[in-house]
Amino acid sequence: MTKTLFDKLWDTHAFADREDGTSLLYIDRHLINEVSSPQAFEALDLAGRRAWRPGSSFAIADHNVPTTERGFGIADPLSRAQVDALERNCRNQGIAFLGMADMRQGIEHVVGPEQGVTLPGMTVVCGDSHTSTHGAFACLAFGIGTSEVEHVLATQSLRIRRMKSMRVNVQGELAPGLVAKDIVLALIGQIGTSGATGHAIEYAGPAIRALSMEGRMTICNMSIEAGARAGLMAVDDTTIAYLRGRPHAPEGELWDQAVAYWRTLKSDEGAVFDREITLDASRITPQVTWGTSPEMVTGIDGLVPDPDREPDAARRESYRRALTYMGLAPNTPIRAIQLDKVFIGSCTNARIEDLRAAAAVVRGRRKADSISLAMVVPGSGLVKEQAEREGLDRDFVAAGFEWRDSGCSMCMAMNADRLSPGERCASTSNRNFEGRQGAGGRTHLVSPAMAAAAAIAGHFVDVRELGPGEQR
Amino acid sequence: MTPFQRCEGVVVPLDRLNVDTDQIIPARFLTSISRSGFGPNLFYGWRYLPAGPGGAAPVPNPDFELNEERFAGAPILLTRRNFGCGSSREHAVWALQQQGFRVVIAPTFGDIFYQNSLKNGFLPVVLPEEAVDELFQAARKANALQLVVDLETQTVSAPSAGLRYSFEIDGFSRDCLLRGLDDVALTLTEADAIRAFETRHLAAYPWLARDLNATT
Repeated sequence: MTKTLFDKLWDTHAFADREDGTSLLYIDRHLINEVSSPQAFEALDLAGRRAWRPGSSFAIADHNVPTTERGFGIADPLSRAQVDALERNCRNQGIAFLGMADMRQGIEHVVGPEQGVTLPGMTVVCGDSHTSTHGAFACLAFGIGTSEVEHVLATQSLRIRRMKSMRVNVQGELAPGLVAKDIVLALIGQIGTSGATGHAIEYAGPAIRALSMEGRMTICNMSIEAGARAGLMAVDDTTIAYLRGRPHAPEGELWDQAVAYWRTLKSDEGAVFDREITLDASRITPQVTWGTSPEMVTGIDGLVPDPDREPDAARRESYRRALTYMGLAPNTPIRAIQLDKVFIGSCTNARIEDLRAAAAVVRGRRKADSISLAMVVPGSGLVKEQAEREGLDRDFVAAGFEWRDSGCSMCMAMNADRLSPGERCASTSNRNFEGRQGAGGRTHLVSPAMAAAAAIAGHFVDVRELGPGEQR
Repeated sequence: MTPFQRCEGVVVPLDRLNVDTDQIIPARFLTSISRSGFGPNLFYGWRYLPAGPGGAAPVPNPDFELNEERFAGAPILLTRRNFGCGSSREHAVWALQQQGFRVVIAPTFGDIFYQNSLKNGFLPVVLPEEAVDELFQAARKANALQLVVDLETQTVSAPSAGLRYSFEIDGFSRDCLLRGLDDVALTLTEADAIRAFETRHLAAYPWLARDLNATT
């Protein structure tokens, strides 16, 4: 019988099926952060339970750590208490923890793959919706809430129902200057933020195969913004090459054995999906969101839509609300949108390739005077170190950008990095929800190169027209 | 978990699409290690007027539905597609509960929010788009529409408007809600099956057995 990649992952982890359609799903890997775990650990302690397999979990403080002056610790007492609680809980339960002072610290969805904590064929969960990122390694990876964090700690499993499957075939080739972010934003624009609810999306086709692991992670990361539970991609040479030599990857004979298995992690020829969608990569232009939901997106040559031309009443109303919040008039050209701040970072776009793409645009240039803050927050301490070895930090600083320490930062504004009311930001993150980057802040989601170009011009421009910065 | 069987009370219509969990409870209120205290910050950005200078106490926004006198203490929320999309924060469910809500009705939900609700004895009811439309219309006509949500019979009814709908929920979740089961304890009754599976699984894929404490 032919199987999809999802079927293979499900079938190798599901057991104890019940007549009500649920199964226990064995969890191989559990990533833990400071925000969604304290109440789970507390419940575990209160019930006198121990973590089932502590060596399978990996904890990192990332959501509310500061990105400047780390030597002084965390100024906010509540944030500090949360990070301290994570460290204490991990020590109690015997779980590996990366503290703020560790060179390897960073955003959990960047660090997991970087350390080889994420490996193909695994089930990976975390109390964070962007856990879908790890699906780029052919993992069944999805976000869970605090109660499920507790459940996984206590039982190494979840009792859930099989997800539905969807395949997104990305045909053709991206034009030069376009990246994974543009593909996933275009997809969300097409199917909407509930377009894949209840589904695991497998991304396939030549445009996906052509991507680096960094690009693949960007796409799987934003699967949740299309409503999907999980994003998936098959294993190929690119996957294997990325994993070789990672600290927690297997070695020697075990590596060979693992690779032989990993290479089977793809959908069989003729496998049947509940839904299939095709996207033509060659028609995608640089994407920019204009509203307060990731589906409110258009190309750089587009206009802010006119709500009055939207036939569906509920959508018309949501467009009106969005334009009021965003302070935008209908039919405004995207290029005419002036910005106040630029944020390059997040689990979507803070990997080395993202920083290289942004640096290539700003090199030898200067941010516009009207941009009050342009900041780069690398996805991990190791990404930061690599970027500094390549001199990217000097390119950014010379262009007037701030070069920060790693963390979630202004993607969700839990630490001190946030927009003020009314400020408008070009951001490489994943959500443009009202207040996401700070109360009253206005977010436009773009690729790293587009964010860099906007910082130089002070408004959105097509990065392909601005062209690369100085060569080195 | 507190059992959920039936809920009768006023419904608050929140006529918005894609209400994400950042709206339900903004991230800046998540720096807590406790499960309580989220109620006052529910829908913070919509519920209160933008803060003035000097950090004064927040002023309720008179244009926001939840602030209307007739909806005070209402236990049922009615809303549009994709409620609870976005972040996995379970704090969103806790904030709704701590504000007094026990049920939310919508045509679709964010998957993680839906799961989180079930784990807290909070009932997410999926009704077809047309039924939700009719309920919105009935809620607009009435000053404060009374609904009865019955999990036992899997029905939502508005007796004063002559409306009644059935809803689906999976048998496992329904059972857990009705009986208020602690699902960790429930799963641990299957500990032997988990252990047996784990032994086979780690033998078949031995690289998965690596202890992450080993080199960190």
